[in-house]
Amino acid sequence: MGELSRFWRESDHRYRIMANKCGNCGKVYFPIRDVCPQCHRESIGKMKPLELTGKGEIVSFTIVHEAPPSFVRQRPYTLALIKLDEGPTLTGQIVDTDGSNVEIGKRVRAVFRRIGEDGKSGIIQYGYKFALE
Amino acid sequence: MLSNNVYLIGAGETKYGELWEKSLRDLAVEAGLKAIENAGIYSKDVQILYGSNSLAGIINGQENIGSLIADFSGIATNNIPAVRIEASSASGGAAVREAYLAIRSGEYDVVAVGGVEKMTDIFGNEVLDMLSSLLDREWEAFFGATPAALAAISARKYMKDFNVKKESLAMMSVNDHANASLNPHSHYKNKITLDQAMNATSVAEPLNLMDCSPITDGASAVVLVSEEYMKKNKLDGVRIISSAISQDYLALHSRNSLYTLDSTRAAARDAFMKGGLKPSDISFAEIHDSYSIYGLMELEDLGFAAKGKANTLVEEDIKLGGRLPVNPSGGLKAKGNPLGATGVGQFVEAFLQLKNKADKRQVKDARYGLLHNMAGTGSTSIVHIVGGE
Repeated sequence: MGELSRFWRESDHRYRIMANKCGNCGKVYFPIRDVCPQCHRESIGKMKPLELTGKGEIVSFTIVHEAPPSFVRQRPYTLALIKLDEGPTLTGQIVDTDGSNVEIGKRVRAVFRRIGEDGKSGIIQYGYKFALE
Repeated sequence: MLSNNVYLIGAGETKYGELWEKSLRDLAVEAGLKAIENAGIYSKDVQILYGSNSLAGIINGQENIGSLIADFSGIATNNIPAVRIEASSASGGAAVREAYLAIRSGEYDVVAVGGVEKMTDIFGNEVLDMLSSLLDREWEAFFGATPAALAAISARKYMKDFNVKKESLAMMSVNDHANASLNPHSHYKNKITLDQAMNATSVAEPLNLMDCSPITDGASAVVLVSEEYMKKNKLDGVRIISSAISQDYLALHSRNSLYTLDSTRAAARDAFMKGGLKPSDISFAEIHDSYSIYGLMELEDLGFAAKGKANTLVEEDIKLGGRLPVNPSGGLKAKGNPLGATGVGQFVEAFLQLKNKADKRQVKDARYGLLHNMAGTGSTSIVHIVGGE
């Protein structure tokens, strides 16, 4: 998967958690959408960029032991669904913990980390992970 | 004039398992020829071929699956259409549905469907990365999500909200293995105890190896015909009563719930409505339990149990001989889960059950079978109801 544009294209969203907001109903989407699934054509051209705070709470989580090659060195790692304060839920890792103090409902904040790498000599990918507050 | 009702007249499949000596094409051709022979027709009679496959492009480096199957089945020069249907792990159900629609439309009378997946042509955890292509690559898999990890995230929330114990999930796998031990084509032949199911190596907590369907090679095939063709040629078949498919958001994090499969609810509602049937009419169900937790969620969303209550059903009623036998074939956990073949394999099982030819795993008085095939974490669900005569 050595296709560079696949990674830099999403940098804004992965580095700063750039979402967008429907100008019609006000719902916030992450990842961004060109069309609001609630407002359909009324939303076209009205989806406005919005930077999220990265704060939210844990909806549910798992500790991953069987991982794909690019995550083998990180295992076991905690993967969670986080509901952000602005509304959207996203998928990310919880770091700086062995997982034993992670619980559903706990508050977290986004931190900027290395996510993975494209093989030994490939590019390193960065983005958000989460730390317990 | 006869209706354009659709009948299943033949079924065949390879053994499911780690079949090192067999290639993608070997498997597809073996299953396809068995189905055609079983149907009592000749390959020259087939008017259109649907190949069902999920990951051959990245696992085997092979696309153009429709041509591959047609060519090596010996019908390349018949000049019939042969295309691949892809809907991730629901490819099989989707392909049979396209075959059903092709006949319903009146365009074709004889359709062959071959589902195949060759998953062991690659090293251990590399296949995990490829399996993660069933998810949203950029917003789930990129951050370390795997299908098992997301099933585990659903499982933890489900168990907490409904106060369901891990044992109830494990019982799905115990049942699958018990049934698979009676199926000569299954990946696993061993029964497992509840204790073994509870204490296997952890994959993604709270799920362990015994909660997860294996990496399986295999192929399954069926032949569908119109009622008119069947009667004219004095063939015998099992009717496909209704076919329904539905979609939800691709990523789990976008859905309304971590444990309600809206796509399954919609497809089930549609299939029951079109068939004029209700859940209590069903004699057996083959459900897409790629992970044990999905078995419980699906039984609820298909209408067999109230939300959060499938544990009672799973503990008491899903065995062969129970009120609702579930996965008489051995299910995804133990018959195996060769993605593109899985959904077609459910029809192979239903065909055997409804023709009273399922041998030691025969469901008594099997009249209606419900087949549920699902993509990824629930982005697509397909429900078919078969039988009735």
